[in-house]
Parts: sequence; structure tokens; C-alpha cells
Amino acid sequence: MQNANPASSTPPDLYSITSSKVHLGPEGFTGAGRRAAGTQRPSAAVSNATLLRWLKEMISIREFENRCAQAYQQAKIGGFCHLYIGQEALAVGTINCVEKDDPIVTAYRDHGHALARGMSMRACMAEMFGKITGCAKGKGGSMHMFDKPNWNFGGHGIVGAQTPLGAGLAFAAKYEVEVMKRAVDGGPAKRKVSLCYLGDGALNQGALHEAMNLSGLMNIPVIYIVENNRYSMGTAIERGTTMAHDLTAKARAYGIEGLQIDGMDILNIYDLFKPLVDRCRETSRPAFVDLLTYRYQGHSMSDPQKYRKKDEVDAVKTTDSIELLARHLMGERKCMSEADYDAIVAEAKAAAIDAVEFAESSATPEVEPELWSDVYSNPQPGLSPQREYPTGAKNPLL
Amino acid sequence: MAYSRSVDFSQPLPSFTGDRAIQFREALREAMSEEMRRDDRVFLMGEEVAYYQGAYKISQGMLDEFGPQRVIDTPISENGFAGMAVGASMYGLRPIIEFMSWSFSLVAADQILNNVPKMLYMSGGQWGCPCVFRGNDGAGGQLGSTHSWCVEGLYSNVPGMKIAIPSNPYDAKGLLKTAIVDDDPVFFLESERMLSDKGHVPAEEYYIPFGKAHLRREGNDCTLVSFGRPVNFCLEAAQELEKEGINVDVLDMRTIKPLDTESIIRSLKKTGRVVVVDQCWPFASVASEVITQVCERAFDYLDHQPLRVNSDDVPSPYAKNLEAEFLPHKGKIIKAVKASLHKL
Repeated sequence: MQNANPASSTPPDLYSITSSKVHLGPEGFTGAGRRAAGTQRPSAAVSNATLLRWLKEMISIREFENRCAQAYQQAKIGGFCHLYIGQEALAVGTINCVEKDDPIVTAYRDHGHALARGMSMRACMAEMFGKITGCAKGKGGSMHMFDKPNWNFGGHGIVGAQTPLGAGLAFAAKYEVEVMKRAVDGGPAKRKVSLCYLGDGALNQGALHEAMNLSGLMNIPVIYIVENNRYSMGTAIERGTTMAHDLTAKARAYGIEGLQIDGMDILNIYDLFKPLVDRCRETSRPAFVDLLTYRYQGHSMSDPQKYRKKDEVDAVKTTDSIELLARHLMGERKCMSEADYDAIVAEAKAAAIDAVEFAESSATPEVEPELWSDVYSNPQPGLSPQREYPTGAKNPLL
Repeated sequence: MAYSRSVDFSQPLPSFTGDRAIQFREALREAMSEEMRRDDRVFLMGEEVAYYQGAYKISQGMLDEFGPQRVIDTPISENGFAGMAVGASMYGLRPIIEFMSWSFSLVAADQILNNVPKMLYMSGGQWGCPCVFRGNDGAGGQLGSTHSWCVEGLYSNVPGMKIAIPSNPYDAKGLLKTAIVDDDPVFFLESERMLSDKGHVPAEEYYIPFGKAHLRREGNDCTLVSFGRPVNFCLEAAQELEKEGINVDVLDMRTIKPLDTESIIRSLKKTGRVVVVDQCWPFASVASEVITQVCERAFDYLDHQPLRVNSDDVPSPYAKNLEAEFLPHKGKIIKAVKASLHKL
């Protein structure tokens, strides 16, 4: 299924980035070639209330991440911690284009997706604090935000490893419809798509290419969303992958529809991504989206960011996704005042602070039984020479 | 939850001997087909499993019965389809993934070692991966260094999965059926060299419990512990040793994880001597583990230090005579048993 690729006519210089300079298009970072055209924009039909909710979700993620950074610096969060600041429109925008029971799976920069998918800030923060009240009872950490009730199949640590999972999730949903004629839980089967997020660094992992080939071959409705923040750690995209100016070429090689979308403007994401989701659901075909975004912070908390100039970061911040949506709501929509905006921010801040307090005051997982539980679903004697595997506490999300 | 449906393991197993002799590959096919008839969440996926009728004819005829949506050919993309099984099993299906050879599972190592056994833990108990990975393990017959892997030593180091390794058609069927219904991921290790072996497989349905060794032969002089194809080498060695008046227990472990150390110790208390026969390389092998556990738990019963017979510690050779010598064959086992009895 070859596609009409809206990005194919985009001149490469709209997205020509060097390690020292961002070359902005005629309309700034949100270049016209990647934007929905015409007056019939699907986002025009989205209600003010819904857009306000999206804004709240984006601000919540940012405030949450700010508190994470603080807690990390205070050594309350350990290990790796990858912040989503700058990319909020991407998770919120794409997740709001699918049904609540469409499965999603992502990589290790996963707090944003978890929150956008409905995980409480408390469960998310407590996980990072290594507490029993965390979404994985403190056993996963920042990179492993799993949320079964919200069909979030987790954050995954190894770059690209989640991409075959995304195919497997969509395969299973399709299998329900076509083979079982019912859902695995006994309910009615329905056509689903899975969203599988990956960073631009994962473009160069074999797992993605195997997964895309399998998805194309088997008509699996998985949408691969490249969160293209232009750097895999410190390696600028054109230093790490071929066809950096047109990543959809990689998808076309597998017969998969590809689309490049400006990911800083949530309305634009909705305009282009929602129809794509509907198409994939209808045709049971995979898709690939190059979603242009930017992370304002370093790759992780220990990144001195020597590979990019502050000017570049500042330039992108002029098209900040939260500001863009806020301006739209205050201007064109006239449904939000400055005071409303301040109240939303204050509320998100308070919720993030509450999450930190909750995490801090929560108990750590008891060594007995939590160190040894959740290794086997069906523990039996003789699995380890050290001892038998016990049953642990019930997961707080279940 | 423990099994996908209730299985009564307290029932005694049907007779191990009888006259319904079928091939090892047919036993595997029966196990998969029976479980697929019972549970439509179970499907088979792998290279050449459908239209080719199985690279080793294990899935012969299954495409006809179950159709291409449940017997699914894949391209040569082990990492990709192993990862699909991870996603599909988390979602609620029960995939059986056939690796044409476990040697090829190495390119899927990230999925089968990083994702499959750790998912339950890192999701805090929310999702496990109830899938079966199965295929040929060990020397296939002059396949050279890259195609002759015994993965049990390497993979058993990782917590979170179970490992079954049958030595005969009866066990192949009964263990595979248990693997398919178990809620934990199972690595199921077959052997190309045994696929044509014939043995009795009962007509009635049975499930062999994991973690229960099968005493294949009884004797008071020494305990032979083995699993998979080398069990047959042990039985050959035991027959020869008998001619010299040496009688051994031969314990077929059936599963490596869980490992039935109790049965080993019970036998050891009788014989005072243990020889572990393992097709892996010796360093940090399953044999090393068995011997460590024996020393930790039953040191005082040992009349001789435990011995191990492994494959030679070199890459698998091609030349027929070299490969024959490389394996933990009958001659090496006889020598080790005699050494343990100071009869060399």
C-alpha cells in the first residue's frame, strides 16, 4: 500500500539540522510542508473542553518532569531518568487520537506516555522513588512504567526492543477479531491499532526493521511513532541514520505508509494523526510516523549537552507546544483567560508536589517477599538453588 | 493463576511403556495440535512451520487443520517474531514459537532473555509472557560450530523462565503440553537427532509435571544425572556397565528449571556417587550447577567427588569423527562412572 506522503514535497532544508544550528523553515520550526492543509481541519471539530483537557495533560507532564528533575538532583530518584519536557504534545496528541483500550508501548522516556494514558502522578512518581505504591511496586523504575488497566504495555529500556512488541500487541488484537471472534477476556472483539513509540536512535536497531517488515508482510495495524527529537543521546540524527531528511523512506521500503508530522503543535498532530489512526484501524495496515519534536533537557540527568548549542534549544522553545496551544485557546478559541491558564499551571504544580510527597511518605517494598516475588506466575520448588519464589503484594494498579 | 486451565497433576501418569510407538516429532505435533484444539489462544509461529510443513516435519499437516492464521510462517527474523510473541503473550494469547534451531535464538537474545523472563518482575506483577519457545538444541550431525548450540547452560543462568528438555517421545508430548498451559514462559529444547526416535506415547491425554525427575534405570553403584539427548547415552552406558557388574541409577531430569534436586539427593544417598552428563560445555554448565547443589546439600553422602561429563570445551567440530568424540558419549560416561568407583 504505497501512500500519498504529505511530507514528500517538503524541501530538506526545512528539516536540516546541524549540531550547532537549527535551520528553521519560513514559518519557523512548524514548517508549512508538514502541516495539515485546507480549512477542514479535524481539530476544528474538537471541543474547547477537550482542548483544555489536552492542555492540562501537557502542563501536568511538564510540571511532573520538573519535580522529577528536582527529586533526581536530591538523589531521591536513582538510576537513569529521562525527561519528556518539550515533547508533551506528542504523547498527549497521539494518545488522544486512539481508543482507551488500544494498546500502547514505548521506550524508556516514558513518564509522559504513562501520564497521558491515565496513570496517576502518584503511582508514576512513587515508582521512581522505588516505593511499593509505584506502578511496578518499585521494581521497574523510571524506564518501566507499566499500566495494565490503561492498556499501557510499558516503557522498555533497550533501544528498539519494544518495536516487535508493538507488532505483537496489534497482531493479538487482530487475532481476537479474525480467529477467536471474541476478546481474550471473553468480551466482544474489536478492531484495534497499537501505538509503538520509539526514539530516533531506535531507527538504527535491527529490531525495528524486522518488526516493520513483519508488520507490512502480515498486515498488522501497528503505528510506529518516531519521537524524533533529533538526537540519540548526543548523536545528531544525520550523524546516525541515512535519509535523515525523509525518514518515511525507511517505511516505504517495507510497503508501509509513512508520514512526517510537526509534533510541536498538538492541533496539527490531531489533524494528521487521527485520520491515519482511522485508516490503520479500517485497513488493518501498519504506519510509520516521523513526529518532529525536541527535548529541552539532556538525554538523561547526567548529560552536559556539549553536542548542541544553547541557541538551538532557545530557537525551538519559541514554538513551545504548551504555549502554542495556550495561545490558541486564549486567541482563536477565546475559551481561556490568563487567569485560567495560571490556575491550570498552579493545579498541575500542586499535583506534582503532592505526588512527590506521596512518594516520599510511601513505604519501600519489603525485602520479604518483594525481592523474590513476581519472578514467576506459577512458582514451583526447584526453580532456584537459593530458595522458593513467594507471592508478592498485589500491584497497586490492579 | 498458574495454568491456562485446570490440570490435575496429582493423577498418576499413564504407563511409560506400551505399543503405541510414534516418532518424537509426531509426539510434539500431537501435543501442539491437542492444545490448539482445546484453546484458540494458542498458535504456532516460526520459519517454515506452515507451507513447508515444518523444516523438520514437526508441524506437518497442522496448516491444513488450523489454517494460516494459527500456523504462521515467518521470514527469517528471529528477533522480530520472538518479540511479537512477547507482545502477543502479554496481550493474552499463548504463542508457541518454533526456532528451527536454538542456535538461531541467539539473534533474538534481547527478546528471549531481556524481555520474556523479566516482564513480570519489571511490571511489578502486571504482565508475564506465557509463551513457549521450542526447537532443536545441541549437535544435529556435522552442522559445524554455529549450528550446534546447547543453550541450556547459557540460558538457565537467567531467572524468570522454565526450561524443559525431553529425552524421548513420551516426555516430549507430556512436557510440551504442560509447557503450553503453564503461565510462565517455557524454553523447550528438542534435538534434531532424536526427532525420528520412536517410542510409546499413550493414546490418553497426559501432562507431565515440571520438576519431577524420571528414574529410568535403577542400580546401587552410582547415580547418573542427565537431561535431553544425553540421557540416551547414559542408558547405553548403563547397559554396558551392567555387563561388568556395575549398576547405576539413571535419572532423567525432564526439566532443568525447575530442577528436581530432591530426586538426585535421594539416589545419591543410596549410591554415594554422582556423575552428571550434560551436552553443554563444562564451564558454568548445568552440570556445574547440579554438582554445586549436590555439594551444598548432600556433601556428607559423597563417597567420591562428583564428576561431570560435558561436551569438549571447544567449538563444535564438523568432521564426523571429531564431532562424535566431542559429545558426552557412552565411552566418556563409562569412564567417569568407573572413576567414581575407583575401577579405572
